[in-house]
Amino acid sequence: MAVTPESLPPARLSLADLRGAAPRRRREFAVRLVFLAAATVSILISVLIILSLIGRAASFLIEVDPASLLERGWFPRRDLYGLPTILAGTLVVAGIGMLVAAPLGLGAAIYLSEYAGPTTRRTLKPILEVLAGIPSVVLGYFAITFISPTFVQSVCSTGVFNMASAGIAVGILITPLIASVAEDALYAVPGSLREASYGLGARKRTTSLRVVFPAAISGIVAALILGVSRAIGETMIVAIAAGASGGSLFQLNPCETGQTMTAAMTALAIGSEQVRGASLAFPSLFFVGLILFLMTLGLNLIADAYVRRVRRQI
Amino acid sequence: MAAATPRQAVTTTEVVRRRLEGGRIEWRGLVFEGLLLGSLIVAFAILVTLLVTILVSGLPVLLERGLDFFTSPLAANPADAGVGQGIFGSLVLIGFVIIVAIPIGVGAAVYLEEYARDTWFTRLINTTVRNLAGVPAIVYGLLGLAFFVVIAAPLGNGGRNVYAGGLTLGVLVLPIVIITSAEALRAVPWTIREAAYGVGATRWEVVRSHVLPYAAPGIFTGTILTLARALGETAPLIVVGAIVGTFRYTAESFFDQLSGPFTGLPTIIYAWAKRPDAEFREITSAAIIVLLVALMTINAVAIYLRNRFERRW
Repeated sequence: MAVTPESLPPARLSLADLRGAAPRRRREFAVRLVFLAAATVSILISVLIILSLIGRAASFLIEVDPASLLERGWFPRRDLYGLPTILAGTLVVAGIGMLVAAPLGLGAAIYLSEYAGPTTRRTLKPILEVLAGIPSVVLGYFAITFISPTFVQSVCSTGVFNMASAGIAVGILITPLIASVAEDALYAVPGSLREASYGLGARKRTTSLRVVFPAAISGIVAALILGVSRAIGETMIVAIAAGASGGSLFQLNPCETGQTMTAAMTALAIGSEQVRGASLAFPSLFFVGLILFLMTLGLNLIADAYVRRVRRQI
Repeated sequence: MAAATPRQAVTTTEVVRRRLEGGRIEWRGLVFEGLLLGSLIVAFAILVTLLVTILVSGLPVLLERGLDFFTSPLAANPADAGVGQGIFGSLVLIGFVIIVAIPIGVGAAVYLEEYARDTWFTRLINTTVRNLAGVPAIVYGLLGLAFFVVIAAPLGNGGRNVYAGGLTLGVLVLPIVIITSAEALRAVPWTIREAAYGVGATRWEVVRSHVLPYAAPGIFTGTILTLARALGETAPLIVVGAIVGTFRYTAESFFDQLSGPFTGLPTIIYAWAKRPDAEFREITSAAIIVLLVALMTINAVAIYLRNRFERRW
């Protein structure tokens, strides 16, 4: 483009002169739209998840005999959809998981945040990171080949498959998660609080337990809630180690086999070719999925609120 | 003179500490610290036990079968069964994750960090991403079963193919890709952007020539780690219809294989772990070794990239 007197800017610049050439602005606008579209995909996925669950869950609820939902047993092949059974199984496994993971995770978090020096921290933290990277299907196999014969079967006389060993393996799975979230919360407690405590003559243990721990309590609660949420949604460990493959009776004894929501879903999915259209088993898969989705979403939202409270305080 | 030397070696801090403690050792504090350290030691012991038990039962199979184990298809007889189809399936699935999740995820992160103002819409996207990251994997399987299997049905095998599986895994790791990429973008200091704006660059020019190159190592490390997550994911594949029994690739060409039945390495581990016989136990361990070595390789690549290209500001 040749420089003519017309193409030169006038003596006083207006805003329009600073906006740049039209093709450059158009390209700018197009790029912005592409990025916006990419960001909107996550909203689209959420909508699709809810749609995929609600549609078939509703058709299940319309067709199912309401009495069979309260039956104490989960046998989709016989049209028995006892929700208390799979809820009880889920609670037993998640409860045992938390009994294992809460002390291990919080202990590791307090040690790493309050006691370990920089070098010790760098050496010990990878233990948790490597543990966090073990796929759950591997921990499920570990549950039946090691945890069950070594620990569980020495306490209760039972078969290889039981809810206790599944629960312990779930505990191992969620320990790194609890440790990492709780450690972040402890680490974020300002040093001035610790110094004030030492200044009053408190010991390290008193400072950690009575000053730092209460100051970080929101984050620690969040860590525990996230742990429960992960434990409830964990699938492969339970599908391998908890035993009941097709259906199960109502069972609260951890030494026995049991059925969780996720394991019930896996069993339904593997058999779904045969049952598709034949009975309510296929839509029931989505109904259980919807309950699981709502439970974990609720827990995650509560944990999120606690995490945000920590950020506001500090 | 000689008798006075040890007294001089004691420092002032030491004297003050002894006086404050009354010369006693605080046993309860030591026990407490020991218990805390114990939880890390227990975690370490679990890790070592897990690796040792799996190595002991799986390594002989790998040494005895050698390459045959890596290439053989699934079979009813454990002596013939191998993980060939699983390795093929997992590689293709990871390929889909790379194609689906990384462009969309990095794009969304760029929008959230570089373009979006603090509006209700931006906050909605941010909340959605965080909540999607917490949705159980098996629920993504249901999403795949309800939509992706239907979409992929014309491609073959009633939609129970790697296209549906790959889309499902891609969507599953998308929120993690967004979160890690956004962190990497946030770590690029504002002065870099301001310098570029100062010489008249537009927003896209700033992002393309300055922010993305500086954030690239962090984005690569984060996304490579999400590939490790995708590689170990089992439940969604089972729901979408990965084979847990046996099957044979009947098709000859690569693309025809893609539209047929599929399985992944972790799906094979699940299928074999359910079998009670000792021979299946051994080949399950062998398959787990293959999976863990693959995961370790991915992590090693990520750590190498981080150390090689990381930049401190």
